[in-house]
Amino acid sequence: MNRFDYIQPKSVKEAVAAASTPGSAYLAAGTNLLDLMKIGVSSPARIIDITRLQGLAEISWLPDGGVRIGALVRNSDLAYEARFARTFPSVAEALLSGASAQLRNAATVSGNLMQRTRCAYFQDLASACNRRKPGSGCDARDGENRLHAVLGWSEHCIATHPSDFCVPLVALDAMVEVEGPNGARDIALDALHALPGATPERETTLQPGELILGIRLPARSATYASHTRYLKLRDRTSYAFAVVSAAVALEISGDTIRTARIALGGVAAKPWRARAAEAVLENAAPTPEVFAKAADLALADAVPSGDNAFKITLARNIVARALTLAYDGTPKDMPALPASPFSPTLGLSHAG
Amino acid sequence: MSLSVSISINGEVHAIDLDDPRVTLLDLLRERLALTGAKKGCDRGQCGACTVLVDGRRINSCLMLAASLDGSEVTTIEGLSNGNALHPVQAAFIEHDGFQCGFCTPGQIMSAVGLIAEGHAGDDPERIRELMSGNLCRCGAYKGITEAVLDAQQAQKSGKRKDVA
Repeated sequence: MNRFDYIQPKSVKEAVAAASTPGSAYLAAGTNLLDLMKIGVSSPARIIDITRLQGLAEISWLPDGGVRIGALVRNSDLAYEARFARTFPSVAEALLSGASAQLRNAATVSGNLMQRTRCAYFQDLASACNRRKPGSGCDARDGENRLHAVLGWSEHCIATHPSDFCVPLVALDAMVEVEGPNGARDIALDALHALPGATPERETTLQPGELILGIRLPARSATYASHTRYLKLRDRTSYAFAVVSAAVALEISGDTIRTARIALGGVAAKPWRARAAEAVLENAAPTPEVFAKAADLALADAVPSGDNAFKITLARNIVARALTLAYDGTPKDMPALPASPFSPTLGLSHAG
Repeated sequence: MSLSVSISINGEVHAIDLDDPRVTLLDLLRERLALTGAKKGCDRGQCGACTVLVDGRRINSCLMLAASLDGSEVTTIEGLSNGNALHPVQAAFIEHDGFQCGFCTPGQIMSAVGLIAEGHAGDDPERIRELMSGNLCRCGAYKGITEAVLDAQQAQKSGKRKDVA
């Protein structure tokens, strides 16, 4: 790890001012940043530790029924907050399907948004990686790439965004509140993460020095509470990143789907909203055929970036399965194995 | 640069001058305070061998800067027993053979203490396994670990403190 100056600002204003110096990085829990600093992938000259900033760790319910999640709320505190888990159950399920209990106890919601790809070539300094070192190439293209992107990738980068949390958030129209040198602004989460194109080093649309203060979920998204799921396929059932995942939410009226929300994880450099798939479900009868059609549409533009054509089929299947389970109804209790398609609540036990 | 932090470790307040902000909580415990119970396995938050409690919550001490922890309360494996009387989780690990080589054990035990305090597992072994997945055991003592956590949770509920002497 490189040496760095350690700064603990007293206010958001001080933090933003401190971070405007080039080479600065914000530090929250550090579960991703410190790891990357240890292996030399990140080497900020100045660390702006924001963990002591007051007022950023609250979950606040808005008068209209929406919620504001402070940037420094810990993943586990959000997932287990009773009203939040009841109102946004697929978000809670996604949180609990990610990382380990220790990491969830430390990691913050804003850090989750800002985490970097787990592409092995990004993490290996001996490999070419346009994301880490612009213009150096992409060793993932001809390397071990079974877990890489199938949507939105470019010849310059085929990495995926690893977050579970972001997948239901983007399905449910989350907004991100940021403050920076030029003032405060809101960004739709869908517009926060950038697709690689020719500039994969530009991972988000945040401007230099901008700091996430909170995440808002609109009241409208609470109407999906009774029919929403997050499902995540992993190489092992716990403590693993998604091979593919899907967050779905259905608004049901009688025997008809009024509206639907669908997003995919593990498939692209950003949480992937599938709007064409949502549209086909609007005012449709909930049949296996229409769920299959929606799943086809969600993956219509998918192209393998390497040895990962299987992910397209898996993603299609996980969308259809998530739609079926969401229609059946959100489980009353959090499944023992959150987001697992092998959950015992489906009659399959994971371990004897 | 020098950073001064005050951290309570196993009930004793330590005033610590850090000459380098890179010091993690794990390195502080092991290298500066000779508390070598927490182990450095992967040093990347993947194995759980460094698990300790910070303000009552289980975390990976390898991924936390000591400089961030001014005013915090840390509990390590060294702070669990009451004299010679083992903590119920320690006693249960012995009773159920929850280890073989023992390297991961301090992390397993601290994680189990945190899990029981969190109170989300009930008496469901599947939930215990899921919530202990951040602690790897290369010897594969998982069956004994799961039984030990269940048993210790029961023992703590009924208020009895096991002594293995």
